[in-house]
Amino acid sequence: MSADRDAALEATRALPGIPVDADGPVFREPWEAHAFAMAVTLHARGLFSWPEWAAALAEEISHAQAAGDADCGDTYYRHWLATLERLVAEKGVTNSATLARYREAWDHAADRTPHGKPIELRPEDFAG
Amino acid sequence: MLPLRSASLDSAAGYPYFRAMTDHEHHHDHHHDHSELSETDLRVRALESILIEKGYLDPAALDVLIETYESKVGPRNGARVVARAWTDPAFRDRLLKDATPAIGELGYAGRQGEHIVTVENTPELHNMVVCTLCSCYPWPVLGLPPVWYKSAPYRAKAVKDPRGVLRDFGFELPATTKIRVWDSTAEVRYFVLPMRPEGTEGWSEDELAELVTRDSMIGTGLPKRPDQVQRSEGTS
Repeated sequence: MSADRDAALEATRALPGIPVDADGPVFREPWEAHAFAMAVTLHARGLFSWPEWAAALAEEISHAQAAGDADCGDTYYRHWLATLERLVAEKGVTNSATLARYREAWDHAADRTPHGKPIELRPEDFAG
Repeated sequence: MLPLRSASLDSAAGYPYFRAMTDHEHHHDHHHDHSELSETDLRVRALESILIEKGYLDPAALDVLIETYESKVGPRNGARVVARAWTDPAFRDRLLKDATPAIGELGYAGRQGEHIVTVENTPELHNMVVCTLCSCYPWPVLGLPPVWYKSAPYRAKAVKDPRGVLRDFGFELPATTKIRVWDSTAEVRYFVLPMRPEGTEGWSEDELAELVTRDSMIGTGLPKRPDQVQRSEGTS
């Protein structure tokens, strides 16, 4: 890390609203990498084109901004995920009810999994 | 698959699909001997397991892809491209004329790199890249965009006050240097060819690549100066 890079980071820290990542991990959390990879894979399968994706993502971001999201980059992958959920529903791959059912099943799976053990989805997690 | 994480502060507030579910969270008992996943993590896993079940995703391929973007692709690719352009005038010409095949000569190609356009910095002109729409970015040469590139303040300020953005990043351009801001889109991704630092005559491509920072290829930074790196003798 060079001295002027440090200075640059210092400066951007001082400026409210421009978060910097100091060349750290590209993804802040594993789920971001998964959300990213899912979109890339679905695109490769032809579910949507990149211009279509970019338009949907931009729309998601502007909705979030209108709803008060400061959009400082840290919520970016949430917008990405919301875009994914919307597009897969629009394309008929799944729907919001199914997404909600699976989300709850994962919640049950987490509840019954002792801390520190890998969480796996089992049929009984869907029982409610 | 997602590694186990402890609960984080993610909240689904404002997100349409699961807003109704947030009440459920309060029904948990508060023994902390079980695992918890953040709301976002739950949504990602839900979507991922549905896509796997329906045959849209192969979990092994997904892991390979994540690995690729996390570690293999990154600004080092772009640094190699810049260093080659600094040392090989014919390559530089090809890079400026039609960047995608030129970059492909070094083996870098792939998603989001189909239509890369190289813009060259000169003493008279400094180029800076932004995506005002969302976060279009030349992945094969720069990896995934940094957090600030995706932020609204950068996107807005880059257009209105690019000189101010450069000041935020810690450097000032001569008043005689013009700044041109390029707006990347889903179709065209811009890549800045920074100026070769002075005092690097006779440096090898590898040595020069060490000087090239990610920000210098976005136009929000400059390459390192020779005195800012330890020059490793004998690298080829």
